[in-house]
Amino acid sequence: MHNNCMESTREEMLMKIREYNFSIIELALYLDTHPDDKKAICMHKEYCKTVKELEDKYQKVYGPLTIKYPCNKWRWLEEPWPWEKEAN
Amino acid sequence: MWTYDKRLEYPVNIKCPNPKLAKVIISQYGGPDGELAASLRYLSQRFGMPDQKSKAILNDIGTEELAHLEMVGSIVHQLTKGASIEEIEKAGLAPYYTDHGVDVYPASAAGVPFTAAYIACKGDPIANLQEDLAAEQKARATYEKLIDLCRDDPDVIDPLRFLREREVVHFQRFGEALRGVQDKLAEKKFYMNNNCPMNQMNNDKDCGCGN
Repeated sequence: MHNNCMESTREEMLMKIREYNFSIIELALYLDTHPDDKKAICMHKEYCKTVKELEDKYQKVYGPLTIKYPCNKWRWLEEPWPWEKEAN
Repeated sequence: MWTYDKRLEYPVNIKCPNPKLAKVIISQYGGPDGELAASLRYLSQRFGMPDQKSKAILNDIGTEELAHLEMVGSIVHQLTKGASIEEIEKAGLAPYYTDHGVDVYPASAAGVPFTAAYIACKGDPIANLQEDLAAEQKARATYEKLIDLCRDDPDVIDPLRFLREREVVHFQRFGEALRGVQDKLAEKKFYMNNNCPMNQMNNDKDCGCGN
């Protein structure tokens, strides 16, 4: 198991991933109407890089967040699903 | 949650507008056996599924149906884009044009606006999965009728054949999920009333969590 991942719990990692993904959504909406804002583009780039690293780390330990994560065992089936409170 | 992929699941590239075909294909957008109904049906039913496989398959097919909704919308859009007002009138689309122009509005071929009455969530996984199997067969049959009606345009038939094929695959997967659910329910004594949230709420000593 990955050492860094043991430092934070699943919930903590998931909340970080949520926060970065939300920031990317928010920046994308802003950039849709302000495509020339250099500062926003810079932040978007940085957040995309960070969220990819965080998601890679998370998925190695806790299983896939999307069906695009390659695996030897089909962990996609594992519960809880996001609509079950144990997942949140 | 969802993110958007900026591409179609299967390409739609229609060279000649043909509003007559758009008038019937719109049914797979917002009609009774259309992709919107399919997606909402599966994504709503998934909350009540009792095992891992049925939760996963409803989640993933419900998601793929959204991609199909986009494909059908693209077909309708390309069939109406650039059509003359005479062509639109001749296709019988004057009433549609009056209310929607050439926007893609979720309605059936007969012009009935989309309604959630097209879907069921019965609070019973067996009943729900049986409904899903029927829905896939009805969608397949609809695509076959549409392929008949579009026989002169291979550009339209091509994506319709892909969509028809997906219905067949979904039917297969739902059948497997249903057998899994039946096996799971057969594992232990299963009293329908134990599954009712009202009964659990009325018993304040036992929240049903087993502790």
